[in-house]
Amino acid sequence: MKENNLERVEQLLKKSLRPSIAGSGPELRRDLWPAMLKRLEARPPALPWFDWALLVAVAAWLAFYPGAIPVLLYHL
Amino acid sequence: MPVLEQPSEVLQQFRRGDLNAFEELFRVHQGEVYGWISRIVRDPAAAEDLTLETFWRVHRAHARFDPAQSFGPWVRRIATNAALDHLRKARPETSLPDNLPSPALPDPSISEDLRHKTARAFGRLPPKLRIAATLALIEEQPYNEIAEALGISTGAVKLRVFRALRLLRKALKRQGIEP
Repeated sequence: MKENNLERVEQLLKKSLRPSIAGSGPELRRDLWPAMLKRLEARPPALPWFDWALLVAVAAWLAFYPGAIPVLLYHL
Repeated sequence: MPVLEQPSEVLQQFRRGDLNAFEELFRVHQGEVYGWISRIVRDPAAAEDLTLETFWRVHRAHARFDPAQSFGPWVRRIATNAALDHLRKARPETSLPDNLPSPALPDPSISEDLRHKTARAFGRLPPKLRIAATLALIEEQPYNEIAEALGISTGAVKLRVFRALRLLRKALKRQGIEP
């Protein structure tokens, strides 16, 4: 009984909201690359938080063990 | 949405942050991403903005992309998250504009008032449930594709669709509508 009820809700929903164009779906009408390029130029990618965390960890390590600096420089 | 595959060389270059590789991937996938987002937000203008937002996130995350994986499903998941963020921010009254061009005529078996009330009640459902129900019931997308895009199992998608219908029934009942 309840399942039938939900089926009726489903039918009502399908009748109320149309699907987008059948097949491959809604089509993009313009090339968005110029807009993308503008956005990339306006917002240079920020350094991810884990890169900052790594930088802080390395700095802290070097502050506590300055003797490690030559070892680090050797490996760079 | 068909999954287009790129040569692994392009994917490797993209991972290293090469802008030409990113442009190539953008041009191949922009239409599909736009189509997928349109199905969710049902607003062409918002879908264009969200396509750009998706690729912005893709560009930012290039170092985390695994070239051994497919690019299409990865981008679709990012697009779904961007659309979900948009639905969360949008006011419920305006979150389901249904501005898509459609060849389908309104169903004459229900009144305009009932259609409007149903769409509005549906627009007030939690975005997570609404996305699952929109893609599964209205857009009739395969459950496995929805699951992949949402990063959940097909069982979880079915559960969300079920919960969406149950909440919609409750909302309609409160308005005196007995489906």
